[in-house]
Amino acid sequence: MTPIEALVEAARGDTERLHADTGRMMGICNSCRYCEGYCAVFQSMERRVAFDAPALDYLANLCHHCGACLYACQYAPPHEFGVDIPRSLARVRLATYETYAWPRAFGALYRRQGTFTGILLALALAAFLMAAARLAGPDGLFVAKAPAYSFYAIFPHGLMAALFGAAFGFALVAMTVSAVRFRRALGQGALAPLPAAVSAARLANLEGGGEGCYVRSGFEHPPTSRRRTMHHFTFYGFALCFASTVLATFEHYALGLKAPYPLTSAVVLLGTVGGAALIVGTSHLLVLRRQRDPRLSDPAQATLDTTFLWMLLLVSATGILLMVLRDTAALGVALAVHLGFVMAFFLAMPYGKFMHGIYRYLALARHERERREPNPYGFSEG
Amino acid sequence: MRSTAASGATSIDATLNLEALEHDVVVAGGGNAALVAALTAREEGASVLLLEGSPMAWRGGNSQHTRNMRCMHEAPQGVLTGAYPEREYWEDLARVTGGDTDEHLARMAIRGSSSVRDWMMRYGIRFQHALGGTLHLSRTNAFFLGGGKALVNAYYRAAAHAGVRIAYESQVEDLEMEGGRVRALVVRHGGALKRVRARAFVAAAGGFESNREWLREAWGEVADNFVVRGTRFNQGEVLRALLAKGAQPVADPKQGHMVAVDARSPAYDGGIVTRVDCVSLGIVVNREGERFYDEGEDFWPKRYAIWGRLVASQPGQVAYSIIDSKALGRFMPPVFPGEAADSIAALAGKLGLDAPGLERTVARFNAATRPGRFDHAVLDDCRTEGLEPVKSHWARPLDTPPYYGFALCPGVTFTYLGVKVDERARVLAAGGGAFANLWAAGEIMAGNILGRGYLAGIGMTIGTVFGRIAGMHAAQGARAAA
Repeated sequence: MTPIEALVEAARGDTERLHADTGRMMGICNSCRYCEGYCAVFQSMERRVAFDAPALDYLANLCHHCGACLYACQYAPPHEFGVDIPRSLARVRLATYETYAWPRAFGALYRRQGTFTGILLALALAAFLMAAARLAGPDGLFVAKAPAYSFYAIFPHGLMAALFGAAFGFALVAMTVSAVRFRRALGQGALAPLPAAVSAARLANLEGGGEGCYVRSGFEHPPTSRRRTMHHFTFYGFALCFASTVLATFEHYALGLKAPYPLTSAVVLLGTVGGAALIVGTSHLLVLRRQRDPRLSDPAQATLDTTFLWMLLLVSATGILLMVLRDTAALGVALAVHLGFVMAFFLAMPYGKFMHGIYRYLALARHERERREPNPYGFSEG
Repeated sequence: MRSTAASGATSIDATLNLEALEHDVVVAGGGNAALVAALTAREEGASVLLLEGSPMAWRGGNSQHTRNMRCMHEAPQGVLTGAYPEREYWEDLARVTGGDTDEHLARMAIRGSSSVRDWMMRYGIRFQHALGGTLHLSRTNAFFLGGGKALVNAYYRAAAHAGVRIAYESQVEDLEMEGGRVRALVVRHGGALKRVRARAFVAAAGGFESNREWLREAWGEVADNFVVRGTRFNQGEVLRALLAKGAQPVADPKQGHMVAVDARSPAYDGGIVTRVDCVSLGIVVNREGERFYDEGEDFWPKRYAIWGRLVASQPGQVAYSIIDSKALGRFMPPVFPGEAADSIAALAGKLGLDAPGLERTVARFNAATRPGRFDHAVLDDCRTEGLEPVKSHWARPLDTPPYYGFALCPGVTFTYLGVKVDERARVLAAGGGAFANLWAAGEIMAGNILGRGYLAGIGMTIGTVFGRIAGMHAAQGARAAA
């Protein structure tokens, strides 16, 4: 066995042990069921009697990590049963990200998120700054382009479209393959895409059955809606930025309207509001993460979470900075920096926390369908 | 065991000097009734100290293992469906206790249950509808979202927020009396005995079910084979101290709630999951391989609470539930997998039973089953004929391997021996009259209402309603004494 094979084998062993131990806990949960009012995980659990790897991957990705079931658990540590669902499902989620990654070997990047994103970012920033300096010509990067500022005077539109099209296209392919693999692991059962979208849009499963989600220890502090609210800021901020980009593309190709767009245009407004919401959401989520009861988290995923939040925050911040500086001599540098962040973000997407949304949506789509079907284990009460 | 080690020294507040403090009300106990009494006394303006015997990680007594509360209601109310009027509630209680109840106190608990949920919700308790496996209770019982430990957490958070002082690892060991008054509690805290003063005291420290010696006193040697389903901290010290100081006892020490649980259960805190729900789907034999009771007498939820005593009366306090593959998927998944084998003889070997004996019992049972239409959701017509004891329903031959077996032992949930109280929850003295500044709530006085038998969720009803009553009167008593 080569050293690499040995590592892969060890990782597989770890995943098997993780699945075995989480399956053991789920067996205890399924005999207890006191948490069934909290979320989809326990409602889906009650439709099963065996918890193999695919079932656990499904349940783990249904979990929105609100923490309610840990504090409510009569079998949580120090009980000898050691039932520890939020953290165990978090670990299983990481294993699913790795297992369903495409290419498979890139799954290892999830655990090296800081290094991976750092290198991508350094390369992208260096490339864009050097390209900008070169494209700016003999006058230098800091000369304002008279009479009107223009992104495309620095980076020709065709070049930008080609570069980002390629990066985003790669990310899209990688994410799609992963999604298809995960979908297959969910089994033959049909999906309910629309109810799942509604559930995801509301983060219905982050409500802990209506009482909220735990940041600090639930033994001393009540649940709050803060994580859910700040995730909404982040998600909808991202959605607005995405809408801004789609609209800009449409205006460019279909209407022939070229950037830059006026400050009062829909493109700029959507991007600005979205970027601001992203900054509010991600910065609060970073703070809430630090306040969070360590009992709930998997330490191995700390950088996976924080890297994603920081990247979203910095993509937005550099985007807003670019808008502020676009009439100044700093335009070229600001543009290069923003594009560097966006490029690194795109390339990191299939191997970072972004994927949680895709897997969770698919798990929800199965759950929403499943709960409309009769329970194969609806125990009679006799 | 790692559990006790992991939770030991962390929850004692080093800044707390119990002897220097004097509160209006001191509550001995840390479960539902104690918390409700403490919060109510606080509402009345009293300063309150709550003494929980366990470390923080194990707080809440048996309340942490509960799930619901039986509530009277005249019409659909919140999560409760239909109506459960006072008359029906009382008749249910009178039936299960065989009249071993104080009707006046019982009706107070019943009436109180109709309005107390709003009060609970103000302190963060949330309710949910009954779901799968408990649908038969959706009319009568309101379920706590997340179960009893979530309820206990909410009350502790609310108590801290309201200014109730909470001391963990504070086991009340004795009462210092003067005339008919309690002057102080003797409390073991941080390895030393402390004298804790107050104007009024509420005893809400549970029964004695975790005390192995006391169980042995009540039951004899057979008690050594019981497991305790709940907390290890209900050692009965407060109850014993009250009785020693002349409180009037109520209910028989042998009465309590006992179910048949998996014999592999932990000695304490196994809670809900250790129950074995396949009894009505197969047969149950004792150590000699003989059946001893009608497994299909009635629906399992109505019968599961008698099987603890049935198993306790068998040799070695052990029994074996045996099913075949037809039963799989028809009962709540067990927490420990059963022994499995392809023949009855092989299963007997795995369970440590005499193989020919068990084969004989199964053969006789199979031969006595009469064809019928099996339906586990109704009292069906699958019964045995010419067999003693009969199996009245769901009797199908054990003929489809693999066969499964679960060893069962008695699991004590709680004991009913307590102190007699009046309608203000004051503790009554054996010699007549009441203690001047001593009230009781919860399991320590539940025997007034539940002298025998059981109704699902009534323990939490008694604890909540009498916790409110005791807390209010204790606060008023403290004010009058000040």
